[in-house]
Parts: sequence; C-alpha cells; structure tokens
Amino acid sequence: MKTWIALAATLALTSCGGKKDPAGGAGGDSVTLNGSGSTFQKAFQETAIEEFAKSNGSIKINYGGGGSGKGRQDLSDLVVDFAGSDSPFKEGDMAKIKGGDILYFPVLLGAVTLSYHIDGVDKLQLSPEVTAKIFQREITKWNDPAIAADNPGATLPDASIVVVHRADGSGTTDIFTKFLDGGSNGAWKLKSGSTVEWPADTQAGQGNGGVAQLVKATSGAIGYVDLSDAKASGLKYASVKNAGGKYVEPTAASVSAAGEGIDVKDNLTFSAVNAKGDAAYPVTGQTWVIVYAKPTDKKKAAALKTYLKFLLTDGQKFTSELDFAPLPKALADKAVAQLDKIST
Amino acid sequence: MVLLVLGMIALVMTNRAGPVFKAMGFDFLTTTRWSPADALYGALPFLWGTLYTSLIAIAIALPVSLGVAMFVTQVAPMKWRRPLIYVLDLLAVIPSVVFGLWGILVLGPHLGRSFLTAGIILAIMITPIITSLSREVIETTPKGEKEAALALGATHWEMIWGAVWPHSKGGVVGAVMLGLGRAMGETIAAALVIGSALGQITVNIMAPGNSMPAVIANEWGEADALHKSALIALAVVLFVITIAVNLVATSIVRRSMARNRGKSS
Repeated sequence: MKTWIALAATLALTSCGGKKDPAGGAGGDSVTLNGSGSTFQKAFQETAIEEFAKSNGSIKINYGGGGSGKGRQDLSDLVVDFAGSDSPFKEGDMAKIKGGDILYFPVLLGAVTLSYHIDGVDKLQLSPEVTAKIFQREITKWNDPAIAADNPGATLPDASIVVVHRADGSGTTDIFTKFLDGGSNGAWKLKSGSTVEWPADTQAGQGNGGVAQLVKATSGAIGYVDLSDAKASGLKYASVKNAGGKYVEPTAASVSAAGEGIDVKDNLTFSAVNAKGDAAYPVTGQTWVIVYAKPTDKKKAAALKTYLKFLLTDGQKFTSELDFAPLPKALADKAVAQLDKIST
Repeated sequence: MVLLVLGMIALVMTNRAGPVFKAMGFDFLTTTRWSPADALYGALPFLWGTLYTSLIAIAIALPVSLGVAMFVTQVAPMKWRRPLIYVLDLLAVIPSVVFGLWGILVLGPHLGRSFLTAGIILAIMITPIITSLSREVIETTPKGEKEAALALGATHWEMIWGAVWPHSKGGVVGAVMLGLGRAMGETIAAALVIGSALGQITVNIMAPGNSMPAVIANEWGEADALHKSALIALAVVLFVITIAVNLVATSIVRRSMARNRGKSS
C-alpha cells in the first residue's frame, strides 16, 4: 500500500518535473520526499520533519519505519528518495542498487543500555566478557564471582538471571552483538547480526518496548534496550566497561564521546561500538540517511539537500531531548561538506 | 484461473527462495540450526513448532466446536436455536486476530510464552469457524434418518451417535482441516506468545518455541540477501503444507460422502 502511494507520488512528480516552468501552477512548487527504514532514527525523523516543515512549507517529507533492511531495499528499488539505516549496504547487495552511486550521511548516535531488574540493586557494572557470558547462559546467577569482580563492594543476590533479547530482527541486536563480538576478547561465540542464535532458555520480546516490558515484569531479568525506551519504562541500566577499561553510564555526553573515538572511512561509514577514549560509552550505535548521489529528479535533489542540511545542523539539537546524542562537531562538518556531492 | 494464480505464486516464491535451497539443499528441512550470522538455515524447529501448535489448537478446538455445534442443533430447546445460531455465525465472521488479542491480553500473562499458550490462543481463534461450519454440516442430516433412529427406540444420544455423526463426519473433518489451515498460517498472535526460542524440538508443551509464520514476520524487516531468501523458503514450505492439508481434507470429505451415498442407496 505504502509502496503504491510512494510510486504514485513519484510518477506525479516526475511528470510535473518534465514540464519547463509550469505556468504559475501552485502545485508545481511543492516537492514530496519519501523515506523509509531504520526505526532507531524514526522518533528523530518525526520531530525533525515537523520542525523542518515550519520553515520549508513547500517540501513535504514522509518517513515510514519498517527496519533498516527494508529501507535499503526500498532505496535499491527506487521506491523511496532516501533510506534510514543503522548499517551500511552489505557487499552482496551493492550490485542490486538500481540508481547509481550512493552517499552515506550519519545523522545521530544512540546508546543501547543493559537494562536490568534485580530487587535491591540500584547500581551495576558490567564488562563485555561478563555480559557475553550472561547472554550465552554461562553465568546464570547474579551472585556469580565474575559479576562480583565487576562490582567490588556490592552485594548481589543469589537469584537466577533471566536473559531477555529481541524476538524480531533488529538493528539494536546488531549493535549489541557487535559490541560483544568486538569487545569481549573472544568470550562471545554467537557472532553479530540483526538475528543471532540465542540459547533456547532465554526470553524474547517484540521491539525495544517488548524487551523493556519483559525486563520490568521479570525479577532477575537483564536485556538490551535503547536508551529512550529504557528511560520511558523506568528501567535501571548498567555502567559498561569500555575499551579504556572505565565503567561508563550511557548519557548524551558519553555517547557523543564515543563518536569522537572512532575511525571514519572516506564514505562516512563507521562503527561506533567499542570506541576509544575513557569517556566513551561502548554500546553505541549510529544511523545514516542514505541517498543517491545523482537523483534523476533535480527538484527532489535540491529538496533532499535542504533537508539533509537541516538534519546535520539545526536538527542536531533535537537528538538530546529524544535521548540520542548529536554527532561530534568534526563528523557533522564532514557530512555537511559531503552535501556538495549531491548533483542538483 | 485459480490454478494459474497459485502456479504463479509458487513459481515466483520458489524462484526467490532459490539461493537458500541451493546453499542448504535438503538440510533446510532437516537441520535445526538457524543462524544468519553463520549463513546456516535449518527450518526443522519452526516446522515442528507450526505443526505442534496447530495440533494442540485442534485438540482443544475440536471437542469444544463439535460439542457446541451438536448442542445447538440437536439438544438446545427449539426456541433458543435460532438466536444461538445467529450468535455463532456472528462469532465466525469476527476476524480471528480479535480473539487472539483477547487471548494474549487475558491468558498470556498467566501462561507465559510457550507452545501451549500459542496452541490455546490458536484454538480460540479457530473455534468459531469450526463450530459454524460443523453446525451447517450437522444440520443437513436428513430428518427421516433421525426419526427412523428414534422410532427404532434409540435414545437421543444414540440418535446423535447413530444417525447424525456418521452423516456429518466428513464435513466436520473438512471444517477441522480449514481450521488447521488457519492455525498454521496464523502469524502475529503466534509471534507474540510462542516465545521465539530457537532450535526447540520438544513435546514439552510448556517450552518456548517458534513457528514458520512468526519467524517470517519477526525477521523480515532486517533481513538481507540470503536471510530473506530463507524466509521466503519458509513461506514456500508453509504453502506446500497448507495445500497438502487441503487436498487431504478434500479427499476425506469426498470419500465419506461417497460412503454415505452408498449407504442410502
């Protein structure tokens, strides 16, 4: 259904664009941009679209979620004008992109929390190794010596650990498992991806909200939930040991700090997990808006440029209030500079 | 026309599922590890989950449906039958997801996530349709046969067993198969309560598991290349099974109808 609407809109617009200077037609000035993909950045997109509309009445923007995979697929098939995605295109999928060269624009960083529910415990510190063992069911009690070693001086109860993960394929799972895969010195055996082979004696929830709800309802539970859902559900979350050996709490500052300690490639792709720097929160994810370098519709290209500019500059201030973190200055500047590569 | 559409669906789906069949071969149906990270796709646990939850659903739904249908048509006082039938038919047209949601919200919190919970909720979803169809079949029992049974001195129960049941058996099997088809394809309700556990092949009804439609719905959004092909392959398997179930149902119904005709002639 959504696809058809997008198609109809595209057709209507291309037929409009074909005419040279429509003679004063009011409909001729407005442009509609359609995007789909990452649910991680959906809240940000929605706020940004609302604010953007206040000063740019002639550009109408729609953003449907559906997951990063769907966004990349839709962009490949020329169904949308831009895709939201938490990970770059896979090598194998590059050949299927129908509209030529693509550009990656990072738009924000966000934390994935290790939310827990242990009665009587308000402060918890976890290292990647111990987290890996917990989620692989090798550590099954909260008073395990390995957890105690991460929490000197704390008293942890003799309670069973209930592991909660995502039932649906998710970019959040991808970020969390990349953190374990890269940071746990080989303790993590299940590799990384949007779906991994969880042990059978674990619980699964639908979406970030579903995991948060299960953790909240289950004594002894631990799960990975994005920061805004963890806060919205009133969950407690752990400080996580980063690459510098420090235990860091997820906050806008520690997430932005992660953005400073990473290696960014020339095409602006990177991975923000396990970033260097003592202040960096290690379970940090990123998300991009992906567009074509040479959109066929010039009017749309110009509109896209305007919108992306807004996301990368004025729009950045909405990230913190949505429990995301803004891009570090250097990275945002690089992204703004890349806008010139969109041909209009 | 219908065959053409079915054929095209099968063709396109099989084509798009091709990569995973090529990569996994028969292992797709016989192995138990489903790990996109390792490019391993063994669908046996999901196949098991689909069949097992559907069987639990039928085991619960059949006695209830049949009992209600028999009661309404044979036992209930005459003046109550019409309103009861009206209500039953009304229930049958309510989308099954409404019952499913009720089950999830009311039963879910008490039962946890397991094959049993999924089975019970599927049972709730398919009971109205099985009841409604069975009722219609049972009502087609010729009045003459029922009265003949009573005239020979049969009690009301013996009349139901001796005259009504043999006549409607085939139709009831058909109704059950239709319900089974629905149960196997039920997606979201199953996805919400089955537990989404991997690799579970067990008869323990309290264990969490996973079913084919639930996996497709859960993993589609973030799936890439081969993973997507594996999910389409699940759909192909589901497609084949539902068609097989329907063919079996049709042949059972046809055979029992032939037997009935043979008896009466």
